[in-house]
Amino acid sequence: MRQLELSPQRVVGLVPAVGLLAVVALAPLIFSRFFLGSVLVLTLWLGIAAVSLIFLAGLGGMISLAQTAVYGVAGFTYGDLVVKSGWGQWPAIAVGILVAVGTSFVMGLIAARSEGIYFLMITLAFAVLAFYFYLQVPQLSGQQGVHLSHAPALVGLDPLSHPTRVYYAALIVSIAAYAFIRYIQRTPFGIALQGIRDEPVRMRSLGYNVPLHRALAFTVGGLIASLAGIFSVFYNLQISPGSININQIINVLAVAVVGGMYRLEGAWVGAFVFSILNTYVFTWAGHFPSWLQKPLGSERFPTWIGIVFLVVVLVSPGGLMGIWEKVSKALAAALSGGRGGDGGWGLRSITHRWAPSSDDTT
Amino acid sequence: MWVSRRGGTAIGLAGLAFVLAWVGYKAYGDPPTWIVVTLAGLTLGSLYFIIASGFTLIFGLMRVVNMAHGSFYLLAAYITYELQLHGTISWGWSVVVAVLGVGLGGLVMQQLLLRWNYGQDLRQALITIAVSYIMADQMLSYFGGVAEDVQPAVVFQGSANLHVYGLAYSWFRLFVLLCAAAVGLGLLLLIKRTRFGMIVRAGVDDRAMVSALGINVQRVFAAAFFIGSALAGLGGALAGAMVSIAPGEDANFLLKALIVVIIGGMGSLGGAAIGALALGLVEQWSPIYLPAAWSNYSILLTFLLLIVVLALRPLGLFGRPA
Repeated sequence: MRQLELSPQRVVGLVPAVGLLAVVALAPLIFSRFFLGSVLVLTLWLGIAAVSLIFLAGLGGMISLAQTAVYGVAGFTYGDLVVKSGWGQWPAIAVGILVAVGTSFVMGLIAARSEGIYFLMITLAFAVLAFYFYLQVPQLSGQQGVHLSHAPALVGLDPLSHPTRVYYAALIVSIAAYAFIRYIQRTPFGIALQGIRDEPVRMRSLGYNVPLHRALAFTVGGLIASLAGIFSVFYNLQISPGSININQIINVLAVAVVGGMYRLEGAWVGAFVFSILNTYVFTWAGHFPSWLQKPLGSERFPTWIGIVFLVVVLVSPGGLMGIWEKVSKALAAALSGGRGGDGGWGLRSITHRWAPSSDDTT
Repeated sequence: MWVSRRGGTAIGLAGLAFVLAWVGYKAYGDPPTWIVVTLAGLTLGSLYFIIASGFTLIFGLMRVVNMAHGSFYLLAAYITYELQLHGTISWGWSVVVAVLGVGLGGLVMQQLLLRWNYGQDLRQALITIAVSYIMADQMLSYFGGVAEDVQPAVVFQGSANLHVYGLAYSWFRLFVLLCAAAVGLGLLLLIKRTRFGMIVRAGVDDRAMVSALGINVQRVFAAAFFIGSALAGLGGALAGAMVSIAPGEDANFLLKALIVVIIGGMGSLGGAAIGALALGLVEQWSPIYLPAAWSNYSILLTFLLLIVVLALRPLGLFGRPA
């Protein structure tokens, strides 16, 4: 009975949610092909990469910078099998994902006994090593990387010119990744993982194999990241060491932090901000006066994203989603006229925060 | 992982013996090559040590993982290069200016961005990552994308006669080796024999107590950050004449510093020395002494070194838990 009540607060909460869903579902009809391809598709697959990081950071307490390494392995394996070994698209994709998942399991095992800042450093080392590996081994990539002539027919043979199919594919996979993580959160594995995040010593004394558990969680994150890797190949029709260089490593981190490190939706929010900057900084900065060109000009997109990243870390560690939560709480309180309580499932449930720690911790 | 500490040491030493035996076997017929390659490893390791020592000093005392360390390295290299290109000051003075400038830059970053969120390790790491990202892009904008190198002072140019096998080796690289030894000795004396060093050691063990004893901990931190960044700067200023300076080298040397410190243990100077030595030698020996078919994969040996050390000693050879 309660759910059927259409109080003002509920309607206010419902409208943006429904509106957003409609826009997302009908995007190819609303936006230009350029916007769809350059901004929205990038938002979706970059969001998938970032959500793998957020999953590990939020649920497992492991901030990993190795997601690009894993998605690089997936992308390069897929590309190499198609281009250099003449495999069909779908078998290559399957093997690419498998190899990436296996690699992430090995990486997880190595890094599993380290925590916090040590873990961050080790995963960064993995990611940069993966970059150098693909740069230095010409059989697998070398400097030019791997170029595909076309993507599988299911996602549109040429996603660059006709992004509609790849958009829907990425949307479905994004929703699946989101739902999958939510599901894991409630399984015994996920609950134990959260226990390990909070109290590793106690969990060990309860008999859990903490390093193995962490390695397995890392593998799950690797599975999600490898999907992003496959999509990056669809999106670019190529993959090169430049796709997983230090800039890209930090980009994925920046996307997660800017969006909100402990909220799943933050992945796509951050990815959207990134994509907008990526596409439009070039033109916007063109209008700047000449003395501003060197530090902040058209090609200084990394500086822009770095500044946004820095400001978010300094000011709002919860990222944009953190700000949204604060705003929506304040709105809900105002709308319920101080009566309290019935702030509505409308506003809060969209952005269900799932880390028990407070807003201000990183 | 599943071996005892003693077992781990045994495995590690066995592995080391195997590697030395393999290299010895392969080098047997060709001593001159071995000498040159080993010297290359030692001098490269020296460079790594200078940079890593600054990194480990900052981490050991303040628990700050300064991801901008690589950026400071590159900035000092570019400053030295630019001063050489345009100025009339000698190479030696260019180095001094670069080192002091970068030390000051590190100090400013610490005072503005890191001083007020002390204790939030992850947040500080993210801040330094953001700073390094911005710095890298700005350096690309101002210094361009072309790789450069620096000519050292005339006295260091040319090669020294080694008096064995008629070999000659670059004076400058030998000078870098000497610098690393001086840095190591200097830091050791600083940490173990001065009052400042005593405060640093006490601060690593118990920050709160040091503060409670009336010592201005913030000033010690500032000084340590300055020294640490200046060491990155020294590495960068010297590197210009030894390896090339280009965008991307900041990430490269940050990675090397990370590996050295992960292997050696955070906060341990001796560990950094051993880690730098190991990394330098592995990097220079691999292309020569690996079987020919595998020479492209030599980077994997660096990876393997890291894995083996971490598997046997998760905190590095001489690391201590936080």
